[in-house]
Amino acid sequence: MTQTDLLAGLAIEIVSIFALIIMLTDALVERSTRLCETLSIVGLLGGLAASAYAHLTMPGQTAFNGMIVVGGMSTLYDAIFCGAGIMTVLLAREYLTRVGGMFDEFYTLLMMSIAGMMLMGHSADSMPMFVGLEVMSICFYVMAGLMRNKLSSNEAALKYFLLGAFASGFLLYGIALVYGSVGSTAYSAIAAKALSTQFPTLFWVGIGMMIIGLGFKVAAFPFHQWAPDVYHGAPTVVTGFMSTAGKAAAFSGFVGFIAPTMASGVPGLEKAKVILALLAVGSMLVGNITALAQTNVKRMLAYSSVAHAGYLMIGLAAGNAAGWTGITYYLVAYLFMQIGAFAVVGILERENGGNLTVDDYRGLARRRPGLALVMSLFMFSLTGIPPFAGFFGKYYLFNAAIQADLTWLAIVGVVSSVISVWFYLGLVVIMYFREPLGEMEGGEASISSRTALALSIIGTLLIGLIPQAIINIAAR
Amino acid sequence: MSLDLTFFIILAIMAAVSALMVILRKNPITSAMSLVLHFVSLAGLYLTLHAQFMAVIQMLVYAGAIMVLVVFVIMLLNLGREEKMAVRQSARAAIGIGASMVLGALLIWGLTQVMRPVAAGSSQAMVNGQIASVGKALFSTAYVFPFEMVSLVLLAAAVGAVVLTKRNLK
Repeated sequence: MTQTDLLAGLAIEIVSIFALIIMLTDALVERSTRLCETLSIVGLLGGLAASAYAHLTMPGQTAFNGMIVVGGMSTLYDAIFCGAGIMTVLLAREYLTRVGGMFDEFYTLLMMSIAGMMLMGHSADSMPMFVGLEVMSICFYVMAGLMRNKLSSNEAALKYFLLGAFASGFLLYGIALVYGSVGSTAYSAIAAKALSTQFPTLFWVGIGMMIIGLGFKVAAFPFHQWAPDVYHGAPTVVTGFMSTAGKAAAFSGFVGFIAPTMASGVPGLEKAKVILALLAVGSMLVGNITALAQTNVKRMLAYSSVAHAGYLMIGLAAGNAAGWTGITYYLVAYLFMQIGAFAVVGILERENGGNLTVDDYRGLARRRPGLALVMSLFMFSLTGIPPFAGFFGKYYLFNAAIQADLTWLAIVGVVSSVISVWFYLGLVVIMYFREPLGEMEGGEASISSRTALALSIIGTLLIGLIPQAIINIAAR
Repeated sequence: MSLDLTFFIILAIMAAVSALMVILRKNPITSAMSLVLHFVSLAGLYLTLHAQFMAVIQMLVYAGAIMVLVVFVIMLLNLGREEKMAVRQSARAAIGIGASMVLGALLIWGLTQVMRPVAAGSSQAMVNGQIASVGKALFSTAYVFPFEMVSLVLLAAAVGAVVLTKRNLK
């Protein structure tokens, strides 16, 4: 362990250390919520700065004996995780106090989960990837159950924990089998083994199990059944965080271990590509078609997040450089629009869990015009309408599929995007052209919530206007 | 017959018999105790393979921590004599047996494909499983960073348990 190693891992170290500082602050200082909030934001900004520093000074370098890699896509992953963390911190206090789940430990868990995600994003080896995934998952299980007085929240935590532990078992068993056949856990060694002409069965069984484990974590079909219940039951700010940063982390692990293997261009990989393509098709269609039938906005967004996992898997199936940058770009775009949408849902939600059905959104444009406008913007972007970020994300992913001779996959993607128009724009129509029903109260949008919303809007628009900037960072 | 082989046969028979006892006994406590015996015999097998670290961890984690958890669960569920777990004789059992046999065959076949035996008694075989070499791998060479991050897993679990169970948090 040298100074260079420590500098390369500085972003992860800063966030972890701040997690510990926040935990101690919470224990030692009376009424520490605001202090914890400030410390979280300082820590996340510090993590961002350290990541940018590593990106500029040592791009593409590995550290800690090839355990982690810095620069390039990992910088963007760090930006996604820290950005999602900052927006979640800005939204959390107001929402959690209203629904009765405000524990200062929330900030500790949030910071720890971000440290785990960053470890996944930086990993160049299955071991740190798995450790990062576990840090993240354990924090998520707890955060899903923060509303201790609500049954739905308890249910979400328990379901997520049981199924998540099962999926982690699959992933770990897969890693063990791959280690058994390769003799190393490093991604580069796994890719080299795939390049050799023999394909031992054990190796492919292991890779298959890893795909199952990670497929669960990204909520891809057919491992998506947990997502609607968990996303629905968890506190809305946590759902927004899990479905963006959590998905991004799982995809960073996916890309990390699959990209070197795919880049080798072994003929035997065609089968793996077909499997990933089928998972993508299933996720897109099942997610979007089930979302059509939902009357609860949170569940609708949950099912549509399964569909978004499907779009992202197109990039994996394409397996080329355009696919990897497409995935990274889409994750950044998805971060802003999805967290923004959940922020609006959270602001409108009542203490008793009311105001969550589509009918409650009728005539929102008259009651809360600002929120309705913002929500419409996110819906347009989630559908993939230009010039918003969502459009370019889909464009890059579909383009990658065409480059990889998977034109049919791009066509399925376009068709399922058309299906999604129905419920995304349906919500906009309901907000603008239907008469209001019943009462409508919910939280006031506090200044910090407004800041978070503003950040998501700026992100959604800006990334849509200058997509090339993101691609350039990823390619470095 | 060498000493190694004698120990292997004794421990292997113990492991197989106790594993069968786990699924054949009706009383859950007997099953649990057979599982302990199974873990202990596995630990013995690791010792004959010069994997001292694995043997110790096997005893600490499985025979120690995990079995205590299992026995606690049985105790909390309070299974009386009458409520012994009913043995289901159904198509499900047949499917389960079939699936586990297929999985077992697949694993055995897969393992034979990649067997790269290290010669018995070679220096590599003697050193690899020792606690010193595992410690070196964890702290000084390869795995120091993930190892340090594992502490976050434990801390997150502890904080989470407090958040979810403590009464009247503020």
